[in-house]
Amino acid sequence: MAFKIIASQCTACGACEFECPTAAIKFKNDTYIIDAKTCTECDGHFDTQQCAAVCPVPKTCVKA
Amino acid sequence: MSQQPFTISLDSLMTPIDFEAMKTAATSGGCSTSSCGSSAKPDDLDEATWDKIKDHPCYSEEAHHYFARMHVAVAPACNIQCNYCNRKYDCANESRPGVVSEKLTPDEARRKVITVANTVPQFSVLGIAGPGDACYDWKKSQATFAAIAREIPDVKLCISTNGLALPDRVDELANMNVDHVTITINMVDPEIGAKIYPWIYFNKKRYTGVEAATILHQRQMLGLEMLVARGILVKVNSVMIPGVNDEHLIEVNRWVKERGAFLHNVMPLISDPAHGTHFGLTGQRGPTAMELKALQDKLEGGAKLMRHCRQCRADAVGLLGDDRGQEFTLDQLPEAVVYDPSKRAAYREIVAEERGDHVRAKEKAIAAVKENAGDGHSILVAVATKGGGRINEHFGHAREFQVYEASTKGVAFVGHRRIDAYCMDGFGEDATLDATIAALEGVTHVLCAKVGDCPKDMLTAAGIEATDAYAYEYAETAISALYAATASDAGQTKAVA
Repeated sequence: MAFKIIASQCTACGACEFECPTAAIKFKNDTYIIDAKTCTECDGHFDTQQCAAVCPVPKTCVKA
Repeated sequence: MSQQPFTISLDSLMTPIDFEAMKTAATSGGCSTSSCGSSAKPDDLDEATWDKIKDHPCYSEEAHHYFARMHVAVAPACNIQCNYCNRKYDCANESRPGVVSEKLTPDEARRKVITVANTVPQFSVLGIAGPGDACYDWKKSQATFAAIAREIPDVKLCISTNGLALPDRVDELANMNVDHVTITINMVDPEIGAKIYPWIYFNKKRYTGVEAATILHQRQMLGLEMLVARGILVKVNSVMIPGVNDEHLIEVNRWVKERGAFLHNVMPLISDPAHGTHFGLTGQRGPTAMELKALQDKLEGGAKLMRHCRQCRADAVGLLGDDRGQEFTLDQLPEAVVYDPSKRAAYREIVAEERGDHVRAKEKAIAAVKENAGDGHSILVAVATKGGGRINEHFGHAREFQVYEASTKGVAFVGHRRIDAYCMDGFGEDATLDATIAALEGVTHVLCAKVGDCPKDMLTAAGIEATDAYAYEYAETAISALYAATASDAGQTKAVA
């Protein structure tokens, strides 16, 4: 149960990093990466996944 | 050049700077009136407002001849999507909002700003203007401003925002002495907004359609009112999108004026399929220069209009219309930087004198034009300039023209036209001149420091009169003389007929 970021489409704007309620997103090698172990898909925090809701590029922050 | 009475050319300030020579020039040869020390403050502004805008090239048309801004791209995260924006786009040769070649951390921005302050004496304003939203990506904006305010306390701080997160940040902006905020407001009717904004991210949720535009509209108006209540000057930017919000911007102008916006800046939509924006890909066109001017003319009398906007890049550096950003990329910045205020201070001293002189010359010119306006004619004049409000650029080197209108109302700056430089390595290209002529639509005269016979003839054939007879004069002074000459022409034509 986790989300992932398609690195080739990521603009590295960083919005997902500070919206993530479990601090599962980190900047690494010019892109943002979601730690599958920490990602909860926002279950218990929000109705929708925050990273996907704020991501400016369609189909870039998706279910892993 | 030294024979001309008013030739303290500000471009000579680029490099190297010889302040002694400039001071000598400033105090000799016809500048005797400049020693009286009167300020350049327009009569219709109070002292407090004038103090805020007098060094800000975006808020004062008069200041933009002398002062430079720089933008730092430190806040790339955004909370809305606009149909004229593609977040993936990046190009060093493009000049338009949101385009940037490198994103900076707050510390990299600090090094860049200090390097620019040490190199560009005209530097007066630091802005955060995308890509992204300065209020939404707040921590990075805040860290950047705090560092600069500590090291260069007299730099004006300024941000651009879409307004959605603005109400949450107004108090912090006021505490940090940010006294200029630009809000991009493209609509006050959410039905129209839904055609411009596909979605917003607000209160941890993504909203779309009219619901999204309604929230955005309410937050923009709230943010505007909160800023005005705290005495922060607000500029409203509106993107003119033909067929979507062009006529509606008259309504937007009314709303923002009622709420105390200081300036309204109507900008043309930039739309090209190659940019990959929604509007670019769907064939939505931008307005022509004359369509833009017609709308701006309709808005006169409402909220004060800004006509000198260059829609600059989010990492622009320098005078408006002369981007020096490529000189200050990360790889060129020194590791350790120390601010040296001497260049900026010396420049300010000279500009204070020159500006007073310019304002008096301008007032005289406007009065003369009004006197000569008996026959009611008007002329649209394009001026080639490197800054300082003077005709001091060669026709072939100009990358833009500043356009003035002389009519019964006097002389007023009405906009600029961007072109590709005609003269490349000494060879003028016909194709480039065709584009220049097209860009000069509606213009009757071109004033420059120098123009060759060949381009001059081609312009004449296109109905545009180009001359270097007024080289190095103030634009308004030259236009006033030109207006008098064309008035008598018109009179003679009538007499002959």
